Amino acid sequence: MNQRALAGYALLLLVACGLPFFISEYRTFQFTLVLIYSIALLGLNILTGFNGQISLGHGAFYAIGAYVAAILMDKAGFPFWATIPIAGAVCLVAGFLFGLPALRLEGLYLALATFALGVSLPQLLKYHHLEEWTGGVQGIVITKPDPPEFLTGLGLTLNQDQWLYFFTLGVTVVMFVLAWNLLRGRIGRAMLAIRDNHIAAEAMGVNNAMVKSLTFGVSAMFTGVAGALSAVAVAFVAPDSFDIFLSIRFLIGIVIGGLASISGAIFGALFIQFVPNIADEISKAAPWAIFGLFLLVFVYVMPAGVAGAIRMAMARLRQKRQNS
Amino acid sequence: MKLKLAPIAALLAAALASPQALAQKKYDQGASDKEILIGHINPYSGPASAYGTIGRSIAAYFKKVNDEGGVNGRQINMISYDDGYSPPKTVEMARKLVEQDKVLLIFQPLGTPPNSAIHKYMNSKKVPQLFVATGATKWNDSKHFPWTMGWQPNYQTEAQIYAAHILKTKPNAKIAVLYQNDDYGKDYLKGFMDGLGAKGKSMVVKAVSYEVTDPTVDSQMAQLQASGADTFFNITTPKFAAQAIRKAWDSGWKPVHYLNNVSGSIGTTLKPAGLDKSVGLITTQYIKDQNDKEWANDPAVQEWTAFMKKYYPDGNLIATENFYGWCVAQTMVQVIKQAGNDLTRANVMKQAANLKNFTPSCLLPGIKINTSATDFAPIESVQLARFDGKEWVRFGEIIGK
Repeated sequence: MNQRALAGYALLLLVACGLPFFISEYRTFQFTLVLIYSIALLGLNILTGFNGQISLGHGAFYAIGAYVAAILMDKAGFPFWATIPIAGAVCLVAGFLFGLPALRLEGLYLALATFALGVSLPQLLKYHHLEEWTGGVQGIVITKPDPPEFLTGLGLTLNQDQWLYFFTLGVTVVMFVLAWNLLRGRIGRAMLAIRDNHIAAEAMGVNNAMVKSLTFGVSAMFTGVAGALSAVAVAFVAPDSFDIFLSIRFLIGIVIGGLASISGAIFGALFIQFVPNIADEISKAAPWAIFGLFLLVFVYVMPAGVAGAIRMAMARLRQKRQNS
Repeated sequence: MKLKLAPIAALLAAALASPQALAQKKYDQGASDKEILIGHINPYSGPASAYGTIGRSIAAYFKKVNDEGGVNGRQINMISYDDGYSPPKTVEMARKLVEQDKVLLIFQPLGTPPNSAIHKYMNSKKVPQLFVATGATKWNDSKHFPWTMGWQPNYQTEAQIYAAHILKTKPNAKIAVLYQNDDYGKDYLKGFMDGLGAKGKSMVVKAVSYEVTDPTVDSQMAQLQASGADTFFNITTPKFAAQAIRKAWDSGWKPVHYLNNVSGSIGTTLKPAGLDKSVGLITTQYIKDQNDKEWANDPAVQEWTAFMKKYYPDGNLIATENFYGWCVAQTMVQVIKQAGNDLTRANVMKQAANLKNFTPSCLLPGIKINTSATDFAPIESVQLARFDGKEWVRFGEIIGK
C-alpha cells in the first residue's frame, strides 16, 4: 500500500468515526447495517470474486451466524461481543464441511447446490426438534446491548445505536485487514490462480481441494460474523428474516460493488441497503421494477462494479496527467 | 418515596383544579392543529404480498375521511412502507417511521414475525403499535406491552368458542384434534383446552400434529379416525384443511367437524376439498363477507362498494382484504375521534383501550368492539356458521364478550 492510499483509508476511517455524531439514531442504525452487509459481502467476494466459486446460498451462513449469536445470548446469557467470534468459528466449520462435497461441483452446479442450502435453511430453523433453541417461527427476541460503563467513565456518552455502530466499525476494520492480509499473500494468489486456471494452478503445486474448501470456510466465517452482528443490531431473529432473497441480494451486492475487489464490498453494501428503500419511495406499486432499473443502469454503466469504475477513472486521470 | 410523590400529587391536584388545562390542545410528535401523521407497514412485495392491497384500501379510506373534512378538523396522513414480510426490514421501517418521519403511531403492521420484531422497540419507545394484523394471542398483554394491541379475534378466543359450543351441544363428545405444529396451532390448542376446562383431558381422546413441510395429513387422519372420536377440531391452514376434509369424508368417518376460521375461505379450502364433502362443517365469522349473497343489499356493503369505486377504483371487489382494510381503518379513525384534542401517544393508547360498544357496520350484526385498560383484544366475539354445500349459513347467537 502506498502512502497516498494509506492516507485515503485513514480519512475514510475518520469520516466513519465522525458520522454517527452528525446523523440521527435511525441513520446510524442504517449505517451499522451497511457495515454488517459489507462484512458479509466481503465474505462472499472472497469465494466468488477471488476464487470463482458461485454461491447462491450465503444467506444460510448469515442465518447460522445470527442464530448462534441469538441462542448464546438468549439461552446461555453470553454478552453480545463474545458471541461474534463463536459465530465466526461455527460458520468456518460449517462452510468448510459444506465446501468439501461441493468441491466436485463447478460453476452452475455449485450455484444450485448452494441455492439448495439457502432455500432449505429457513425451513430447518422451524424444525420442531430444534424449536427449543430456535424459537420456531416465532424466532428469538434479543435485548439490545447498552454501551459499557467504562466509556462513560472516559467521558464518552453514546446511545445504544452509536455504541453498536462503533463496535461494528471495529469488527469491520479487523475483518477488512484480515481479508487484505489473506488475499495479498500466498493463499490469496493460490485462490486467484485456481479461479483463472485450476489445472495450471495444480501444476504449480497448489493444493486445489484444500484451498477451495478453506476458501469456502473463510468466506462462510466472514458472512457468519456479519450475521451475528445483524442479530444484535436488529435485536430479533426469525426464519423469515433469512429467505433466499437475502442470498440473491448478497450476490447483487458483490457484482455491483465490484468482483474481486475488497473496497467493492462497501459500495455493494451501500447499494443493497439504500437502493431498495429509494425504489420503494419512488413507487409503491412496483418497487422491484424500479430496483431492477437501477440494477440495469449500474450493470451497463459500470460493468466492473463501482470499485472497478473508480479504478478505471483513476487510471484514466493518471494517464491524462502523464500525457500533459 | 413520599417526598418524591408530593410534588407530583400537587401538580395533579393543580391540573384537576383548572379545567382549562384539560381542554388545552396537547400534542406529541406527529400531531398538530392541521394533521395527524400515522405510520403503516405492510408487505407490498415478498411472500405475503397478496395482503398488500390492505394497505391500499386503508390509504383510500383515510383519503375519503380527509375529503370529508378529516377528524376533529385534522387531516390524517399515512406514510406506508413495504417490509416484504421480512422482520429485519420491519425493524428498519418502524425506526424510520418513528425516528425520521416522526409519526404519532404505527398502525396495522402485518404478520406475527414482523410484529414480534418491533414489539420490544415500540414499547421501549412508548409509541402505539395499534391493531396489528395477526391473530396471535400475545398482542393482548397490556401488563407487559402496554403500547401494543391486536384487532381481530385471537386464536385462543376463537378456539374457546368452539369448546363452548361442544360443551353445550354435545357434553359427552369424544374429540379428536389435528393441529399444525407451530405457534399458531399451539395457540389454538391451548385456547381449546382452556375452553373445555376440567373435562378437557378426558374429552380429547386424541390430538395429533403435522408439520408444514408434510406432504399430506393422511396418516394423521387415519390415527384420529381410529381413536373412535365423534367430534373433530381441525386446526390447519387451507391446503391441509382441504386434505383433512376430503380424507374424513372418503374414509367414511363422519364426525362433527369444526374448522378454524383461518381456513374458512370457500375458494381456497372448501372448493379444493369438494363442496359436497364440506357440508356440515362448522366455523366462525366476525366480519361480513362482501361476496355473500346475504349481504348484497346490506348498507355497509353498498357503502363499501361505492367507496371502492370512488377511492380505490382499480382495487379488487372480490378480495376480502379490501373489505378488511376498510373495516380496520374505521376503528383507527374512531380512536382518533375519541382522543379529541389530546393527541399524545399516551392518550391515543388510552382511547384505544377505551372503545365501548363500538360497532362499525362492516362487522356482523351484534359484534361490538370493547376494550379496557386490561383488555387489549378489540374483537372477542364471533358467530358460528355451518356450510350448507353452497355457502356459510350463520346460526345461533353472537358468542364471546
